[in-house]
Amino acid sequence: MMLQAAPDPLLRVENLVVEYAVGGKTVHAVSDVSIEIARGETLGLVGESGCGKSTLGRAVLQLRPAVSGKVLFDGHDLTTMQGEALRRMRRRVQLIFQDPIASLNPRRRIGDIVAEPLVISGVKDPGRRSQLVHDVLSAVGLDPALVIGRLPHEFSGGQCQRICIARALVLNPDFVICDEPVSALDVSIRAQILNLLEEMKARYGLTLLFIAHDLAVVKAVSDRVAVMYLGRLCEVGPSEQLFARPAHPYTALLIDAIPVPDPDIRPAETVPVGEPPSPIAPPSGCRFRTRCPRADARCANEVPELRAVAPGQFAACHHPLV
Amino acid sequence: MATLELGLEEDVSAAPVRPARRLGALFRLAIGWMMLVFAVAILADMLPLPSPTDMDMLEKRAPFSFEHWLGTDGFGRDELARLVYGARVSLVVGLCAPVIGLTIGGALGMLAGYFRGRFETFVVGSMDVLLAFPPLVLALAVTAYLGQSIFNLTCILGVLGIPAFMRVARAATLSLARREFVIAAQALGATHARILLRELLPNVLLPLLAYFLLVVAVTIVVESALSFLGLGVPPPVPSWGSMIGEGRESLDVAPRLAFIPAIAMFLTVLSFNLVGDTMRALTDPRQGAL
Repeated sequence: MMLQAAPDPLLRVENLVVEYAVGGKTVHAVSDVSIEIARGETLGLVGESGCGKSTLGRAVLQLRPAVSGKVLFDGHDLTTMQGEALRRMRRRVQLIFQDPIASLNPRRRIGDIVAEPLVISGVKDPGRRSQLVHDVLSAVGLDPALVIGRLPHEFSGGQCQRICIARALVLNPDFVICDEPVSALDVSIRAQILNLLEEMKARYGLTLLFIAHDLAVVKAVSDRVAVMYLGRLCEVGPSEQLFARPAHPYTALLIDAIPVPDPDIRPAETVPVGEPPSPIAPPSGCRFRTRCPRADARCANEVPELRAVAPGQFAACHHPLV
Repeated sequence: MATLELGLEEDVSAAPVRPARRLGALFRLAIGWMMLVFAVAILADMLPLPSPTDMDMLEKRAPFSFEHWLGTDGFGRDELARLVYGARVSLVVGLCAPVIGLTIGGALGMLAGYFRGRFETFVVGSMDVLLAFPPLVLALAVTAYLGQSIFNLTCILGVLGIPAFMRVARAATLSLARREFVIAAQALGATHARILLRELLPNVLLPLLAYFLLVVAVTIVVESALSFLGLGVPPPVPSWGSMIGEGRESLDVAPRLAFIPAIAMFLTVLSFNLVGDTMRALTDPRQGAL
């Protein structure tokens, strides 16, 4: 199965499996996921809470060990790397978290927090460090002179997220994983942070993996979108195309569930029933079949492979909508 | 997403308001008393005091006088001098023993809370064993074998304090180690030692230090209790506990001999507790929430 986005992708995940033990049971967090991200691209990753999207993001950085599969970053397999080599590679990949306040050490000054990546990566000259910290803080829209001596609790959530973005960018990385970067923020602040990310992407030439459960946000920022359900990829495709003509019933249901700001429009009747099944015991065959209106016997027996349904658009479904 | 087009600039120039922090008169009194006790204990040799061990059998239980400000005890020794030299023992044991507990217990607790797994099980298990051991029996056993001295007493009380410090450090580390800023440091490629020292220690140190001051107060009391029972520093070296113990014999004729050291100890312990509570409230960046 090929999901070729470009001839020379920056990140290529091959058949990645991540599992972890909870109380003696195995949680199948990520099952056999393969995906590619081209240089300069923003890939949106959507799915319900607990579908494994954050785990996938962390497994890329080797913060969670993979059971099997490969994570090829710029041609190097991160899953086989250890120690200093892995640490050097990690500097090119940065992470932005959901809770901006919890991702800053409450007892360290902003200047130290933003300089920390430089210290770890061995920038010895304090003058050079402070120059880089000043530059990156100005780039994210904060006044370096005002913020470096302060503690995180003196800032709002939106300002903390700017500081987190500054920390992620200070090493001039190639790839940034944004793990729900705006879901903890006020709606009025979201747009600012999203605009800032777009601006930074252009300025630093970044490639982004944008993890979110908010389809509207993902649609606004992504070039391509991947939809995940219970540890598996359902559908991958260019953003516009996927939202206009979803091929997987789950994608269609997600899009139908986006609220329309008009009180006269009735909510769609096709909202999936019930909770997603537990990732400890996922359903056989297609994992979405227990909530899918189109499911039949074949869906229970055969795991659907990702297949091309349109140019650039792939869906893992036996009965695609297009 | 029409909201995406909004370009409102966040107001980052407004200076965050620091809450005004006021120190009460009680806190000042507590600090004043602690400084007085520290000063006389350190400068005891230089103060114009009679020897705390010279006996004057003609002046047994003498009342307050210009010569003996706080009178004399049952052996005619100057009460004020014994009180001052007794403060030395109380402070040395009261401060050194918790330092042992803080260092060893704090390190064990942080390692257990960060690395988890078998190491944590082992540490928590052995601390439970130590906690289950009756402290007085341990003190008796050690003093019986190694003899009574300030050093031995400090070591016993220090070791007995390790489990409590370990628990405080482990609880604080456990709640912090899964926070995003620790994961962020891991993602940056920081080593375990760096994460423990730079990310976790500054956050764990404060609850530990607040607890430290409480343990100082408790240790002073325990040292006195052991001295009262005759397990503390050997006579004739004065200690507040042994002074109360000796004063007990003449409670009916000269109750002040027991009450004066008791009051000194009460005020010192109260001061440590007050300062400990205030320090914790003062140094918490977000009051009541971490």
